[in-house]
Amino acid sequence: MTRTDRIFRIVSWIIALAAVAFLMLPILITVVVAFSSSPVYTLPPPSLSLRWFADLQTKSGLVDAVLLSLNLAAVSTAVSLVLGTAAAMAVARGRFVGRGAIATFVVSPLMMPGLVLGVAMLQFFREIGLRDAYWSLLLAHVVITLPFVMRTLLAAMGSFDFSIIDAARTLGMSYPRAVAKVLIPNLAPAYLTGGLFAFLASMDNYPISIFLTDARNKTLPIKMLQYLEEQPDPALAAMSTGLILLAVTVLAIGARTVGLNRMIQG
Amino acid sequence: MTSTPDIIAGTPEKPRRATFDLIALLAAPGLLFLALIYALPLALLLFQSLRGADGSLGIANYVAFFSEPFNIGVLMRTLRVAALTTLLALLIAYPTAIAMNRAKGVWLTVFLVAMVLPMSLGVVVKAFAWSILFRANGALNQMMQAIGLTDAPVRMLFTETALVIGAANVFLPFMVLPIYAVLQQQQASLADAAASLGAGPFFRFFHVALPLTLPGIVAGGAFVFSLSVSMYVIPSLIVGETQQNLPMLIARSFLYLRNEQLGSTISAILLIIAISVVLGSSWLARRLGARE
Repeated sequence: MTRTDRIFRIVSWIIALAAVAFLMLPILITVVVAFSSSPVYTLPPPSLSLRWFADLQTKSGLVDAVLLSLNLAAVSTAVSLVLGTAAAMAVARGRFVGRGAIATFVVSPLMMPGLVLGVAMLQFFREIGLRDAYWSLLLAHVVITLPFVMRTLLAAMGSFDFSIIDAARTLGMSYPRAVAKVLIPNLAPAYLTGGLFAFLASMDNYPISIFLTDARNKTLPIKMLQYLEEQPDPALAAMSTGLILLAVTVLAIGARTVGLNRMIQG
Repeated sequence: MTSTPDIIAGTPEKPRRATFDLIALLAAPGLLFLALIYALPLALLLFQSLRGADGSLGIANYVAFFSEPFNIGVLMRTLRVAALTTLLALLIAYPTAIAMNRAKGVWLTVFLVAMVLPMSLGVVVKAFAWSILFRANGALNQMMQAIGLTDAPVRMLFTETALVIGAANVFLPFMVLPIYAVLQQQQASLADAAASLGAGPFFRFFHVALPLTLPGIVAGGAFVFSLSVSMYVIPSLIVGETQQNLPMLIARSFLYLRNEQLGSTISAILLIIAISVVLGSSWLARRLGARE
């Protein structure tokens, strides 16, 4: 190894460690502010307190927003897993023209501007007379979650040995039973990863949901931004700390069962 | 994909084709759903943008949009911020992905957690955290004053620099991961081979390492650029109404101005930009794939 090589290597490590600090900074700030006793975000905090966690109870409509977001994320992810399994099998297994185009199309909502999708859906739902906010949100969130599920399932099925399914059928299983008993358990890591990121994307979506909510159905990100505009106090940071804790728990489970490296590579 | 069953079964053409048709049908529910709830609304939106107030078809709405200097300014700012964000993310992401590729054990875990954990934190929360940091009495200013970079607080919140830093922070994992994935697939021995043949470090970087990672850069760059062009929450919290981008203009025309025609036209323009990025990057990816 030459000296230039060593310099390259050292520089890349320094930048990488700085990048880790850079990525963790917003999380750190949020947690510190949440435990601060000051209402004006002074850093470092003058003293520690739990007052903002207690303050959360006084926020009206917050519990409803959390419940609605959890509901939308869970139902839309479940629907996407079913639709995604079928579509991914068709792309991975079938030998018809346009499979690549289908794969691109199904993943494409990821790259579309959220607000534009929201506007388009708002106008479309109004046109066909769909006025119910929950159903509009649910349909939209399936569009949000499906690409995440498809991306990981397509990658996983690409390397899955489908002859195992044929073997199961030779041994007397029906095709749907073979899929349920052989394919899905074998692809469990992909289901966990795709499902997790789909769930998080749904929980986090603002730009599409903003056009489809009504006064009674507000998702968590919308409610949070609304609080920030009305009364920006650290109670929001306290609530985010709760969400971070939830994310850490879910990721720890994912890391234990699937492995982090496999999770990010689908 | 394996072809073992075909070899073993040695099935003739006819039954094979029948099963293929059945398997193709499996894609139908998902495709129908997306066609109806995703593609059709977007197509209607594009159509709407071509319709004038009197119902005639034409590009009058676009002419109206582009004849307004304010709109051009917003469009240019949107593209400039997206380009700068993508560039900053790439400059940080590339060395990071290289270090990650070499990392083992605890360090690898540290890097992976740093990539995945922020992705699970909502964008509203992250943008809010950055707005706290960028305040005049915020942590960044206090730090800069402490180490003597400045004497007085520098105005950072509401500047384009702050927006680019915040956006690059939120989108960074989407740039690192594709490059990391490409690095994981290629053999480290290629660089060693080039070195053993006498290639210097710079030659190796520009002629071996960089071309091999280009597909990852294209994928990550296209993703970060399209995310930056369409971001709404981050600029709302970091720069506010003073420096609008296209998405903020869309939200304003729909939610406050109630000018749906203008909103649809801007939406169509943003959609065309997004589609161009998708098509352009997949064309680039195909060309890169063909060259190898």
